[in-house]
Amino acid sequence: MPNNVMFFAEHTDAGFGKSAFEGMSEGRRLANQLNGTLTAVVIGAGTQDNAQELAQYGADRILICDDPALNDFDADQFTSILVDIVKQNTPDILLFGTSLNDKAVATLLATRLDLGVATECLKFTLQEERLVATRTMYGGKLVAQVMIEGKPQIACIRANAFPIIQDLRITEQIMVEPQLKVSKIRVIDKKLNSLDKVVELTEATVIVSGGRAMGGPDFSLLEELADLLGGAVGASRVAVDQGWRPHSDQVGQTGKVVSPKLYVACGISGAMQHLAGMGTSECIVAINKDNQAPIFHYADYGIVEDVFEMVPAIIEELKRQGR
Amino acid sequence: MDIVVLMKQVPDTSALIRIGEDKVSISTEDVKWVINHYDEMAVEEALRIKEQQGKGKVTVLTVGKETAVATLRTVLAMGADEGILISDPALEAIDPQITAKVIAAALKNIHFDLIIAGHRAVDDDAYFVPTAVAEYLSIPFLSMVIRQEIKEGKIQCVQTVKNGSMVVETELPALIATQRGLNEPRYPTMLNIMKAKKKSVEIKTLSDIGLSLEEFGPNALKTKITSLTYAPKRKAGEMIDGETVGEKATQLVQLLRAKAVIL
Ligand SMILES: Cc1cc2nc3c(=O)[nH]c(=O)nc-3n(C[C@H](O)[C@H](O)[C@H](O)COP(=O)(O)OP(=O)(O)OC[C@H]3O[C@@H](n4cnc5c(N)ncnc54)[C@H](O)[C@@H]3O)c2cc1C
Ligand SMILES: Nc1ncnc2c1ncn2[C@@H]1O[C@H](COP(=O)(O)O)[C@@H](O)[C@H]1O
Repeated sequence: MPNNVMFFAEHTDAGFGKSAFEGMSEGRRLANQLNGTLTAVVIGAGTQDNAQELAQYGADRILICDDPALNDFDADQFTSILVDIVKQNTPDILLFGTSLNDKAVATLLATRLDLGVATECLKFTLQEERLVATRTMYGGKLVAQVMIEGKPQIACIRANAFPIIQDLRITEQIMVEPQLKVSKIRVIDKKLNSLDKVVELTEATVIVSGGRAMGGPDFSLLEELADLLGGAVGASRVAVDQGWRPHSDQVGQTGKVVSPKLYVACGISGAMQHLAGMGTSECIVAINKDNQAPIFHYADYGIVEDVFEMVPAIIEELKRQGR
Repeated sequence: MDIVVLMKQVPDTSALIRIGEDKVSISTEDVKWVINHYDEMAVEEALRIKEQQGKGKVTVLTVGKETAVATLRTVLAMGADEGILISDPALEAIDPQITAKVIAAALKNIHFDLIIAGHRAVDDDAYFVPTAVAEYLSIPFLSMVIRQEIKEGKIQCVQTVKNGSMVVETELPALIATQRGLNEPRYPTMLNIMKAKKKSVEIKTLSDIGLSLEEFGPNALKTKITSLTYAPKRKAGEMIDGETVGEKATQLVQLLRAKAVIL
């Protein structure tokens, strides 16, 4: 009996996010090691057309549940559908992406099937064909190896932790008819930002964050730099508390935990609570006019300068190089 | 309205964390414990609802070690009416799955119209307990709540979602989980600290809440930590020098390209 890996690929109004491709790529790698197959599961209204995109990342099969009733994400509804799929297909490993919706479905499914789940995983290894997850705890201070009990073993990945690997396959598409149930939750209103300009903070490859030094709500300098680098703008708690940035931009212990390739901290002192949210970034650049700022103790590159002079210079340099 | 808040005691972020002798848990000696910040917001929101309605009871429930009594005293000093700690030697080995089962069992004997939890605990970052508790109790769960309004047996909430926000509504009893932006928790006043000394903190064991010990212990774990190590410490890197900001920018971009951090 081959070992089967299944991946729940979150689909939103903006299509598949980067973490869907990261999770697919990791699922493929595990399936190869196990001599097994990789099945992608896509649930949502109007997903059938896009689903084929997943064939590029190593899917052997794509199960699609496309129904107009699935237009709004509803953890209860989506989980019920996935429970049926899991019971029929008996995967050994079930992976999820990184968003809160991914986590909502993963944790609810684990509860319903009385299984374990590991969230925010940075790495997977196999021991006797069983998945072992690596994840951080205590605000990134410790690294834990976690055995996940039961079958399937359920885990969610952290964004930017796994490389995206193209592996085009001939895939089989299978449509799944959902057993719909009446939702306990009524959606009254939805306010979404325009789709073309959003890079979700937790999934962004580059984050340019501003702190107290910004002095006000004008973050246009940081936005310009983030745009040039294809990234998103984040903020320290002070910048959020001042009302300069929305809560959803806050990075840190009581904000988002991010792990981009590049984190540029602009006028942020580097408190422990901030570090707890960005300490696993691959490369940290700090711009601060105080050469004693704690952030320089852990930044890969430090620049002692005024943000309002340094950031324009970086923007100019990038533009000069044709960005 | 009777509200139950789920509160977890966590080590202070600015405190040093040391790995224990068993290599799979942390050393609890000298740890400075605090309320998980999201749960502090949950307490605050519960108090505001009670104050607004002019009646009701706020009970704070926690599963943990005896040290959690001190944290319960703090939330009583904020204004909560009662604290309950579920503590048992059988819970020495615990994971979010077991925590949720214990909480759900404890809630079978407590009247509530609303449960408020935090969106994640900053020690294990499991994002698990609220979902599971709501499921075990068969009540609706709304996460990432930044505003709530209770009317005629229903709760309407604004939740942050990827790329925006949503207004949703469900019937009570329900469980909601807090997100930054909901409120700023109050500090205990001197008067309330005094009053809190007279309030009750109940400590219960598993058998007190009707659970049999066989169901717990290391074999019941659904996620098992097999090793803990210190995360590689980030070190101070390179300071970028130069005569002008232009020179520094050129150097930085070169370095980032060389390391393929930007392409
Ligand atoms: C329970 C709790 C939870 C918390 N959670 C979070 C969290 O999630 N995220 C978070 O960020 N914080 C959090 N904090 C707050 C944290 O402790 C710090 O207070 C906060 O991170 C500081 O923000 P800051 O670096 O923007 O401001 P400051 O510490 O004031 O630093 C501003 C820095 O900007 C520099 N500067 C000023 N002007 C300029 C200029 N023109 N050019 C260059 N540099 C300049 C200064 O030298 C200084 O280093 C939390 C605190 C608590 C108690
Ligand atoms: N031991 C515990 N006792 C009471 N509530 C808890 C406990 N652990 C977690 N919770 C609740 O569940 C939320 C999320 O925790 P977690 O699932 O561990 O990330 C916390 O903010 C608390 O509200």
